[in-house]
Amino acid sequence: MREIDVREITEAVKTLFIEANYHLCDDVKACIDQCAAREDTELARSVFNSMKKNIEIAEEGIFPVCQDTGMACVFMEIGQDVHFTGGRLYDAVNEGARQGCLEGYLRKTIVEDPFRRINTEDSTPADINIDIVDGDKVRLIVAPKGFGSENMSQIRMLTPGAGVSGAEDAIVEICRQAGGNPCPPMVVGVGIGGNFNKAALMAKKALLRPLGEHNEDPFYADMEQRLLERINALGTGPQGFGGKTTALGVNVIAAPTHIAGLPVAVNINCHVSRHKEVIL
Amino acid sequence: MKHTLCEPYSKDIISEFQVGDTIYVSGTIYAARDAAHKKLQGMIEGGEALPFDLQNAIIYYAGPTPARPGYPIGSAGPTTSYRMDPYTPLLLDRGVLATVGKGPRGDEVIKSIQKNGSVYLAAIGGAAALIAQCVRSSEVVAFAELGTEAIRKLVVQDLPLIVAIDSRGESIYR
Repeated sequence: MREIDVREITEAVKTLFIEANYHLCDDVKACIDQCAAREDTELARSVFNSMKKNIEIAEEGIFPVCQDTGMACVFMEIGQDVHFTGGRLYDAVNEGARQGCLEGYLRKTIVEDPFRRINTEDSTPADINIDIVDGDKVRLIVAPKGFGSENMSQIRMLTPGAGVSGAEDAIVEICRQAGGNPCPPMVVGVGIGGNFNKAALMAKKALLRPLGEHNEDPFYADMEQRLLERINALGTGPQGFGGKTTALGVNVIAAPTHIAGLPVAVNINCHVSRHKEVIL
Repeated sequence: MKHTLCEPYSKDIISEFQVGDTIYVSGTIYAARDAAHKKLQGMIEGGEALPFDLQNAIIYYAGPTPARPGYPIGSAGPTTSYRMDPYTPLLLDRGVLATVGKGPRGDEVIKSIQKNGSVYLAAIGGAAALIAQCVRSSEVVAFAELGTEAIRKLVVQDLPLIVAIDSRGESIYR
């Protein structure tokens, strides 16, 4: 049994929430560079140039990379031999999000009720997702998620007869409908299988995988490649102004499902695809 | 084509803008998003005096991050425009010159842009830190209780925008 003081969790969530909002991951930066070089209209290239300049300014630590500093989506893989001390784990995570919002000059982006819409004034509560795994370590990921892209996400409860082609058509159609809204080029997280809620969670978790890494199963790695080509062939382009790059990447996660079902969830992220992690 | 748009703004100037043109705006723009639009609609319908003059105004769909000490504003990129579609014809009919945001607009908005000789300009979504460099001053003029969603009077210099829907109703989003 290993003891971890929850104050360590608070500190880590705070640090990662701020860092993710000022320093875009290297995989995203590299992918933006690659895609920019492929565009052949002046407008598409100039959009990519603005994105690159924006990322550089954010690195200086004064201005977050996007004004939508996002809902604090927190993913924890907790070793089953860990015992948390010093307080409640969920409170510690929310305190980290609160401190990150206030100390990092992040936007107060959460309202306490979907209809009454009173701002919580500190971007809490966080969206906290916990998996119990082997060992005595904690993997902690903070992925601030903007809602311009979240609003373009969809789930389809397909049935088994739809097969691979039906699922791929649905995913491409969801990306087509998103159009210029989610700040393309987007990152497309796909969850296939499970049930209604699991498919959506897998789609969100798929966004955490670095661009350029593929599903370990060649069947799904090929699917990711086909989907990326079809989504880019839509021609939506950077900001929806037209171009070759509509998506920077497509990440698929699949899971066992019911004999009657083929759930397909698509969680869309903008080009400001943010996630930072630490192992405690 | 590249154009500059400086005060005094007028419909004559923007009638020359065509889809895909780059516009550098210098002057006053008003930041307002979802909650502020809902309140403005209520005020218009209730016949109340509005917090700023809509005539030839430019409305920017944005909710910035908090300003650090010594800076006029935090990051200030555009938010997705279609959410403001239900309110836009009402505002364009009352003299608003241009709206600024990101992403496509609905048919009713496009018709209203055409009818009013207005224009819809796109800022680069996600380029919020870059856009903040163009903001010279920021002042809350209404609904301070809404925090980031308050209406702010921004003075900008050389804010780069793309003509996404021009006054003839031509759109960059096909």
